[in-house]
Amino acid sequence: MVDIWNGVSQAFWLMVTLDSALVEISLRSLRVTFTALLIASCIALPLAAFLAVRRFRWRRGIIALLNALMGLPPVVVGLVLYVILSRSGPLGVLGLLFTPTAMIIAQTVIIVPLIASVAHQSIRELWAEYHDLLISMNVTEGQKIRTLLWDSRRALLTAALAGFGRAIGEVGAIMIVGGNIDHATRVLTTAIALETGKGDFGLALALGFVLIGLAVAVNLSIHWLGRTERGDRW
Amino acid sequence: MSRLLPLVAKAATSRRGGRTLVGPVDLRIDGPGITVLIGPNGAGKTSLLNLLHGTARLSGGRIDWACPIDEARHAQAFVFQRPVMLRRSVVDNIAYPLRIRGVPRREALSRAETAAAQVGLAGMLNRDAPRLSGGEQQKLALARALIIAPDVLFLDEPCASLDGRAMREIEQILIQARASGRRLILSTHDMGQARRLGDDVLFLLRGRLHDSGPAAEFFARPRTSRARAFLQGDIVE
Repeated sequence: MVDIWNGVSQAFWLMVTLDSALVEISLRSLRVTFTALLIASCIALPLAAFLAVRRFRWRRGIIALLNALMGLPPVVVGLVLYVILSRSGPLGVLGLLFTPTAMIIAQTVIIVPLIASVAHQSIRELWAEYHDLLISMNVTEGQKIRTLLWDSRRALLTAALAGFGRAIGEVGAIMIVGGNIDHATRVLTTAIALETGKGDFGLALALGFVLIGLAVAVNLSIHWLGRTERGDRW
Repeated sequence: MSRLLPLVAKAATSRRGGRTLVGPVDLRIDGPGITVLIGPNGAGKTSLLNLLHGTARLSGGRIDWACPIDEARHAQAFVFQRPVMLRRSVVDNIAYPLRIRGVPRREALSRAETAAAQVGLAGMLNRDAPRLSGGEQQKLALARALIIAPDVLFLDEPCASLDGRAMREIEQILIQARASGRRLILSTHDMGQARRLGDDVLFLLRGRLHDSGPAAEFFARPRTSRARAFLQGDIVE
């Protein structure tokens, strides 16, 4: 109980005084996760729409695979990326290991299946609703996908937020490929792991509250921007 | 006047899963007017409309338009029994067919506003379409279908489950559409509506065209005993 109270008060003072180390790693957390989210959405959303409207041989297999990969263990993703990016690995020449770029790649890999699966569910329902009309209007495949993505944009926002939540709270993969290097690849989650390991529970808890606060703030502001809860039916 | 018509079907058939939904049907439709498609439930009215419109696969026979099929598909529209509303505003719904034809947004929206006014939706341009009442949704669907100025408009029981006022308004829109030179092919199980609107009648029974001809003649002197029984309100199968 004392630890938690210490954590709360320490978090409060860290935030009030805009502690420079805290600001630095918080901004890095946001930068890494938002970049990963942007890349992952650009891949996952069109993929989800494509899987909803096109019938091809491996469609069911791919959907099942995406669903299964939602539970992809981050540590394993980190390990595989480490092997690929390490000096002797196939992409070693790029020198990406222990950089924020490597962390972005890891988070992207982790959240693409999640965003694609959740988005596919809602796009598929919308497609069932729109099917007859769009077929009757003779729209092209591209128009079909654009219409579905645009009209299900609020559901897609939810999918993206789920991805954001998973990425910002992820520690296993970015710890391995980022290395938790101070002033280079240290982010909130890896810092928490480090402080916990050192036994500095107060600071670890403070960082944890900041992390939760960030996640909540981002979700609220995006919902507010997207007007999801303003009486609109969709 | 129409580049699409005449529409000629020869032994057109639609089958699914080994069952014949409709056909073989032979028919010829030409010039402006309203063709009413009547028949008992399950006679294949919807299947025939889908087949002619090109959204059901033709399993046998042929359907020919006066122009190439790609052109024909763009000059026709379909209104469903239960209108499909895009999750957008009323004006965006009506503008949608223009937008997919590459009309610039500003022009599409202004034409959609005019079209909305013509069907009595002028006051609700920015309402969410899925929240309209049934009659308003069907009027929106009509405006959306008519905005591309189709030569042929298919309607599948457009007034089913609508109240009298909405039905009257919709029939008014259909009569205007006929007056502007379109061919409407409309299925209905409302014989009053068939008499009010029909120029020609197609009487479908068990997937086959049982009788057809000018509406006045068909309703006054049905030629077959089954048509007579159907018009009297008997159960026909």
